[in-house]
Amino acid sequence: MAEHNDIDQITGTSTTGHQWDGIKELNTPLPRWWVITFYITIVWAFGYWIVYPAWPMLWSHTTGILQYSSRADVAVELANLEKIRGDKMVKLGAAPLAEIQKDPALLALARARGKTVFGDNCAPCHGSGGAGAKGYPNLNDDEWLWGGSLDQILQSIQFGIRSGHAKGHESAMLAFGKEGVLKKDQIVTVANYVRSLSGLSTAKEYNAAEGGKIFAENCAACHGDAGKGNQELGAPDLTDKIWLYGSDQATLVETIGNGRAGVMPAWVERLDPSTIKALAVYVHSLGGGK
Amino acid sequence: MNKSVPIELKIDDDGPLYVAQKKIYPQSVKGTFRRIKWGLMAFCLGVYYLLPFVRWNRGIGAPDQAVLVDLPNSRFYFFFIELWPQEVYYFTGLLIVAALTLFLMNSVGGRIWCGYLCPQTVWTDLFYAVERWVEGDRRERMRKDAASGTRKLRRFGEIALKHFLWLMIAWWTGGAWVLYFNDAPTLVKQLVTFQAPMLAYIWIGILTATTYVLAGFMREQVCVYMCPWPRIQAALTDEWALNVTYKYDRGETRTSLKKANELRASGKVAGDCIDCYQCVAVCPTGIDIRDGSQLDCIQCGLCIDACDTVMTKIGRETRLIGYDNDINIQRRQTGKPPIYRIVRPRTVVYSALIACVGAIMLYALLTRSLLDINVLHDRNPVAVKLSDGSIRNAYTVRLLNKRGFDRVIAIDIDGPVNASVHIVGVDSVTPDRPMIVLGRDQTTELRVLVTASAEQNSGKSIPVRFRVTDIGLGEVTSATDNFVSP
Repeated sequence: MAEHNDIDQITGTSTTGHQWDGIKELNTPLPRWWVITFYITIVWAFGYWIVYPAWPMLWSHTTGILQYSSRADVAVELANLEKIRGDKMVKLGAAPLAEIQKDPALLALARARGKTVFGDNCAPCHGSGGAGAKGYPNLNDDEWLWGGSLDQILQSIQFGIRSGHAKGHESAMLAFGKEGVLKKDQIVTVANYVRSLSGLSTAKEYNAAEGGKIFAENCAACHGDAGKGNQELGAPDLTDKIWLYGSDQATLVETIGNGRAGVMPAWVERLDPSTIKALAVYVHSLGGGK
Repeated sequence: MNKSVPIELKIDDDGPLYVAQKKIYPQSVKGTFRRIKWGLMAFCLGVYYLLPFVRWNRGIGAPDQAVLVDLPNSRFYFFFIELWPQEVYYFTGLLIVAALTLFLMNSVGGRIWCGYLCPQTVWTDLFYAVERWVEGDRRERMRKDAASGTRKLRRFGEIALKHFLWLMIAWWTGGAWVLYFNDAPTLVKQLVTFQAPMLAYIWIGILTATTYVLAGFMREQVCVYMCPWPRIQAALTDEWALNVTYKYDRGETRTSLKKANELRASGKVAGDCIDCYQCVAVCPTGIDIRDGSQLDCIQCGLCIDACDTVMTKIGRETRLIGYDNDINIQRRQTGKPPIYRIVRPRTVVYSALIACVGAIMLYALLTRSLLDINVLHDRNPVAVKLSDGSIRNAYTVRLLNKRGFDRVIAIDIDGPVNASVHIVGVDSVTPDRPMIVLGRDQTTELRVLVTASAEQNSGKSIPVRFRVTDIGLGEVTSATDNFVSP
């Protein structure tokens, strides 16, 4: 260590006094403005600790004298949203379903609200436009398992299908194969019979009389003697052109053998009444509503 | 081309390109161009300040203001014209015509816009008039500004009055501006009783500030440093364009009146310019027109009036400074008579273009549809198979009724054979051709379902035309989309 007031001859800058193998370290401190800014930020941080939530405690955190909370901000925003919607949504909630459809302003409001809510809640299964998918009904067509009137749609949305809700639609198609009610060849026969109901082609060796008999004994109870279905039980019409799971023989055999029991949740606990109403009107107005 | 320019060129040293503002004290002047400028100022300001109060009856429920920019309802009203946001392209046409008109003005008479019509010029001129009225003419103002100490203090009232008047004009300017965006009489009432929307006060404040600063303080600086137009001028002018010009063929060699008289008495030639600097004294941008055409010259013509006054007094021919060009200066120098060529390819082309764009706009305006339809096919699902095997496509149809009254329209389609059309939420008495009422001056959005029988299920997409017919007026409009089979 040399003395501290050493000045480097070449640069004219003072050195720190450190030197290694004759190489001296120049003393070039941080710029003053930088250091001052740095100290200000430290002071600022102390202020921040006092004013805003800052320190984690064991089970919570310090709240700061402003009592700021981003959750409270969200609550305020949500309250503002409710205020903006205001009496429009109240009006929607109060109006009977049939009246909503007749009032163009209310219909437009319900459809707009319904569309948004549908996208958030229903689209994952039914598709963004309600086109459905295998096992998830298309809401645009005119085939309804549990009825397509406004009230019936509202009922289905509110309480769901096999949702476990007390008021939800129950009943499921029996797994005729798994439960041992029908044998494999009987299932194939009745599958052919079901195809014939809606005019689809059948296998050559298929026995129509046998198929009809099996159908009458096992299926007609729910689907009706003519296979026209029963909306009370959610039993689909087997004579039309719409198939929820598919109309090919293999799918039908699977359906009859293993049964079908699609589930839709009850929304009554998740969405408020006026929103569900809007949703019902929206689904009805997609085109299939009765 | 100017071989014989007798003026000494000022050569810039490499100093800064911006010169600190030197206060200019334009002297009052009387004459032809001053009268034209007063007239145009009265006209332009009159239109600007009073137009919002002009009424125009459009029927019940529609605004009755002749010129109104209705932002909340997205409408623009101009007397008999009502424009919707989607027709904003008319403004493109308007801007093209405006630009071409500027070009034409420029090729005929130089910076007519800058000198007489530009808001910066008009308001600055007005502010100068106020300044002159309160503080006196050029010499008086210069003397007062040069004074120091207690004398300056005594002027406090005078200066305060000037700024007060300026601010009043500026405030009125901002006030008139907001009247174009709201019903003028109502807004005036609201402004007076402090019931107007905050935005109105903010805009009045902004416009007051810009008018006060631009016309009261920045003045010619705006033209010299801020405005791009003087730069663009250079590309638009040509050798035939008439500009405010010092006719140096007549004026040179400058000399005093006394010497000129002596020279003439002894049979020698003397220039008409007696170096009285009146042209400089009246100039609102403080330049010497005798240095030739220059960027700072807004060509307001006031130097012409000043010079004419002097020439009349000394008994020489007027218009030593006047609208002229270098071609004529050189022709006179070689003893030829001056020629003026207003009609030449440049002006003809500009005029033709203005007429052409104007005609297109007029045609578009006269033939524009007051009943419009837009069709958007559902994307998901594209097509729906119904239980009986028939195919249905859904469309979002948006109808625009641009008329000021409700009208009954019917929708039918041309497309798949025997297809039916249904509007969601509408129980029409005519199911095959549903009819609905379109509210006046608004858009109506409908969900329209088109269903075709199973035989139409070709797996292809068929064009479908939606036709809208106004039952009362017989007006028909249509839009085409596709009918898709799954």
